[in-house]
Amino acid sequence: MASLKDLRNRIASVKATQKITKAMQMVAAAKLRKAQEAAVAARPYAERMEKVLANIGASVAGSESAPALIAGTGKDDVHLLVVFTAERGLAGAFNASIVRKARMDARRLVGEGKTVKLFLVGKKGNDMMRREFEKEIVDRTDFRGVRQFAFSDALGVADKLLKMFDEGVFDVATIYYSRFESVITQVPVAQRVIPVDLGDVEEADTSLHYEYEPDEETILADLLPRNLAVQIFRALLENGASEQGARMTAMDNATRNAGEMIDKLSLSYNRQRQAQITTELIEIISGAESL
Amino acid sequence: MAEPFLFDLVTPSALLISEEVQQVVVPGQEGFFTMLRQHAPLMTTLKPGFLEVLKTSGETQRIYVRGGFADATPDSLTILADFAVPETELNADIIDEHIREAEAELEAAAGDMSKYPVAHKRVSDLHDVRRWIIPA
Repeated sequence: MASLKDLRNRIASVKATQKITKAMQMVAAAKLRKAQEAAVAARPYAERMEKVLANIGASVAGSESAPALIAGTGKDDVHLLVVFTAERGLAGAFNASIVRKARMDARRLVGEGKTVKLFLVGKKGNDMMRREFEKEIVDRTDFRGVRQFAFSDALGVADKLLKMFDEGVFDVATIYYSRFESVITQVPVAQRVIPVDLGDVEEADTSLHYEYEPDEETILADLLPRNLAVQIFRALLENGASEQGARMTAMDNATRNAGEMIDKLSLSYNRQRQAQITTELIEIISGAESL
Repeated sequence: MAEPFLFDLVTPSALLISEEVQQVVVPGQEGFFTMLRQHAPLMTTLKPGFLEVLKTSGETQRIYVRGGFADATPDSLTILADFAVPETELNADIIDEHIREAEAELEAAAGDMSKYPVAHKRVSDLHDVRRWIIPA
């Protein structure tokens, strides 16, 4: 049985922990609001971009001159998985669930005889993937010290991807990130970005016959890389909001657990103190009686 | 008054304008054009310059855009700009920053005949904008 002093120390230490988790929760809540606003503000651009791309994509898809970013390289032997994770942990299963999804896909692709390469964005993913896929990692980057993602951050990642694609490093690129559904639900998703997923093209309005200035190819040459950057920007922002949401929930749970633990410890502390007092009383009384 | 149409101006970080307007003058890559309702479907890239928006209230707003795309349909105009800011908030620092970036791109494109002319034009367009806001 722990002594009274030990119990006192433990209660004090759990209380200190609780203060920290409480503070982290409040910080995460404040950051979440900002991250959410940023994610919402970026949505219209991404949506309009998709619409424009669907319009123009419908007119070139299938033609021989379609750019490689739409048509692909004609192979799908080498897959590049771009995994977005956070810089910090203590966010529940946030990083782990993204990594798990990517890892499962990587194993499946390897099982199918494809070559898998990894591009890790964020420190945590790097730490977690390094053990199993050390050799497959072709590039990594992190955003340590970045407070709010700017579009230029996404452009940097997009440029790296495009350069690799031009050099023929991979055939297909997929990004992994966590979509922000609500404060308590974040869903890890995989999205193919190269070649562009024109899944919605069927919905495009083909009744309009567009005039292109300068011409389709030139506009596409400009539009496709930009679209990639937009998708990555969206992934970064969604991930940012998800991370804060996950951290907030995790820290809320931690704070509650700490509270329960303090209650239990206080209970046994009080019991023990009571027992000690009783023992002392018995000693005094029996001492007095024997006189 | 010209018949109004829907005008959207979006940048990667925000939706700046989404409202009915009378007319918009757009700095297209191959020349300025004025967008009115019932414009033929047109998609074009933009050069650095000013959008001139004539609102339904009759007031005109000028907005600096650095580049991007315009998607015109008979009843709407969507501008996807890399960067946009109203002329009233534009200052020399912003332009100078953009000129520096464009010049860096120009240097990187040296020797690449497909990119060099584009980058070169961009720099000169930006200088035009600078001359406009800061008369020599």
